Amino acid sequence: MSVVAASEVLNPLSSGWFLENSWLIPIIPAVGFALIIFFGKRLPMKGSEIGVISMVASLGMSAGSAYQWIQRVGSAAEGQFVEPVIRTWNWWQIGGVNLTIGQSIDGLAVTILVVVAFISTLVQLYSIEYLHGDRRYTHFFAALTLFSAGMLAMVIAEDMILFILGWEIMGLCSFMLIGHWWEEGANSRAALKAFFTVRTGDMGLLVGVAILYFASNEWTTENLGVSGFSINGISAWALSGEPNSTVILMASIALFIAAIGKSGQFPLHTWLPDAMAGPTPVSSLLHSSTMVVAGVFLVARLYPVFFEGFDILGAGGNLIMVIGAITIVIAAALAFVQADIKKVLAYSTVSQLGYMMLGLGAGAWLPAVFHIFTHAFFKACLFLGAGSISHSASHHSFDMRKDMGGLRKYMPITFTTWVISTLALCGVFPFSGFFSKDEIIDNVGNNGYTMFMVIGLVGAFLTAAYMTRATYLTFFGEARGAAAGQHETEHASDHGHDDHGHDDHGHDAHDGHGPRESGPLITIPLMILAVLALSSGFLNATPFGKSWEKLKDWVEPRAAVVMEVHASGPGESRIRAEEGHHSSPCGSETPKEGVCFAPQLEHAKFKWSKALLSLAIVFAGIALSWLLSVALYTKKNAKLVGLTSRNKVLGAGYRLLANKYYLDALYEQVIVRSVAGPISRAAYWFNQNILDGVLHGVSRTTRSVSSWTYRNIDQRVVDEAVNASGRATKGAGGVVQPVQSGKVSQYGALLFAAASVVALVLVIVNT
Amino acid sequence: MLVNQFLILAAILFAIGVYGVVARRNAVLVLMSIELILNAVNLNLVAFAMRSGSADGHTFALYVIAVAAAEVGVGLGLVLLIFRNRRTIALDELSEMKG
Repeated sequence: MSVVAASEVLNPLSSGWFLENSWLIPIIPAVGFALIIFFGKRLPMKGSEIGVISMVASLGMSAGSAYQWIQRVGSAAEGQFVEPVIRTWNWWQIGGVNLTIGQSIDGLAVTILVVVAFISTLVQLYSIEYLHGDRRYTHFFAALTLFSAGMLAMVIAEDMILFILGWEIMGLCSFMLIGHWWEEGANSRAALKAFFTVRTGDMGLLVGVAILYFASNEWTTENLGVSGFSINGISAWALSGEPNSTVILMASIALFIAAIGKSGQFPLHTWLPDAMAGPTPVSSLLHSSTMVVAGVFLVARLYPVFFEGFDILGAGGNLIMVIGAITIVIAAALAFVQADIKKVLAYSTVSQLGYMMLGLGAGAWLPAVFHIFTHAFFKACLFLGAGSISHSASHHSFDMRKDMGGLRKYMPITFTTWVISTLALCGVFPFSGFFSKDEIIDNVGNNGYTMFMVIGLVGAFLTAAYMTRATYLTFFGEARGAAAGQHETEHASDHGHDDHGHDDHGHDAHDGHGPRESGPLITIPLMILAVLALSSGFLNATPFGKSWEKLKDWVEPRAAVVMEVHASGPGESRIRAEEGHHSSPCGSETPKEGVCFAPQLEHAKFKWSKALLSLAIVFAGIALSWLLSVALYTKKNAKLVGLTSRNKVLGAGYRLLANKYYLDALYEQVIVRSVAGPISRAAYWFNQNILDGVLHGVSRTTRSVSSWTYRNIDQRVVDEAVNASGRATKGAGGVVQPVQSGKVSQYGALLFAAASVVALVLVIVNT
Repeated sequence: MLVNQFLILAAILFAIGVYGVVARRNAVLVLMSIELILNAVNLNLVAFAMRSGSADGHTFALYVIAVAAAEVGVGLGLVLLIFRNRRTIALDELSEMKG
């Protein structure tokens, strides 16, 4: 690549085998998928071993890449832009357009690679026990492995084509895995809903990529020698001051719609809670920690486009922030009325994704990426914990009100890991969520968006409160329902027809037992994730000063002008390495003639006073929710129980939440029905009255005209001519009749003979 | 350059196909021969496209392949119906169209 070559003049960056060959990371699980599909059923562990081995190999490669990336960053000079490791291959060439496929490894890619490969590995291990004996065990592992391949391919993608490919593979796998137990109607409906809702957003991705390609192709080809699909090319183009602001705004909006769909942002968040119908490992991997951050990743990946398109850091906020902020609050509010433990976590995921979007929209790129990183660990841990409870304690039920309570005595490991992850999610001090979430809120405020900072703090309060409620219902108080061992009598009737989301298929190795701790294949992933939920925040612990901000060094692209564009002549229009450092910032004040790949972003200075404020808010949320939960669920305080049915305002609020703001009703009743109902009725009326009326009128006129024509023209003029020609033809027909032998092959021979004669004539005429 | 060889091969294929269409009695074999003819044409298209360096020929060839697939589907359907009605697919026995 010319880009890489140009910068090597400045300061040679170290690279290595893992970085150069990162493209193998998605290839390994892709091959694994094929092997599982073809040979999985014949293997001793039904294909799960291939899944686990391929994910371990991917994890090893990702870790190697991360290590070498850190070395590469270390070898760069202060403030020097660290080039991503780009390798491309020609994939497809048509009509002068050269589509390439390849890898572009930078700090962001490496971070997400490690997260995805790591959590995939743990989830596959966990699934070995969790889905033991499932009837589609092999297919489950195949889909899980293919999902990882898709996500990893999207993460390493150098160009938007590969990005879309990975994105769509994930959508497909999400569909297959949500509907894994499709025998229950609710599950297959949830799968369809997820697929169609996300597809609504995906249209935006295609439109956005098309806009970007046609807008940027010329510039990128001339200045960087890459096509308009290249992510780095698009980024440089967006920051070059070249693009028309309307075009880039349209592209940003289209791409952001895709991100809304994939990342479950308002108003397309409705699919994510329903997606919990899938097996719990799927919820843990796809619908909390990896796939749903794809939308956030899209914004982070093409950040320069959004930066310019939405005028991030401009006054008054932008679409990304507004959507993120709305999502934080409405999803957190919905989490309060859920009885299903996985749905609480699902809304919590939606809400946390809102934080990431808010951060990106407010110019807090690194905190948002950091939050993807930490959130993946503690949310995966929470989901796997919920799975562990349903697997071993509540007899496949996820209902916190009916079937849980008092479980901390029976499941010490699950309880401890759950509490650690909950504290991380709430953002309590030494846990990882504190460092990332607080940094987002802090930076939002620092960039001048006070109102959005307040929304972020409200969200933190709500998060602490609903997680405390869920924890209390699950682990404290007295045991209820299945957790109290009641399932044995109801077993036969209870099995398989609750409303939805029950992992009650296939295996029943443990009926006849009360709640107990899960086996090592479940608890070990939980423990590993809990340790990371506790410690991963220290990778970028801003409170402890510069030397702790490792992730900032490694991941954040340095905003430096790396090349100058010389427009003097066609021969010199190539990029030349910039000697020394350029003083101009990249971003809104970009010099017209410069190329840079990342906008200039400020970081908030950490202040303990601000952190203490948000910690106080979190503790207030926890305390208030704890007191309410004790009063409501254990003491059954007469003033509180049934308050929503007595107080009108609260009742209306509860109904609004219980009906999910009526958004589902809006989509299904109004939008879908309006296509099926009134529009079709209107079409029918139009058809009956207007079209048919016109047709009848026309036909009456035609009839009278035609009867006159028949009598005068047809009978006298035409028929006479026809009769004459008929007589002539009859005579001629007699001559050629023998040719009509009725034999198909003879006709064929005549055809070819005629064609040969014509060909001969053509040859003679043309020579 | 190599285009000649392609054209010769295409011509041979075409001739074999014509022979099959004209001389064979079995309807299925005739259909297969038609496929041969189509593929001979494809080969020509691709060969000329390669020489002229444009993608048009490739595109045409793709279209021909798609249409040929449909054609075989229809053809086999016809053969199947003929077989159901007449218990034979020998083409020389199907001479109702004799004039």
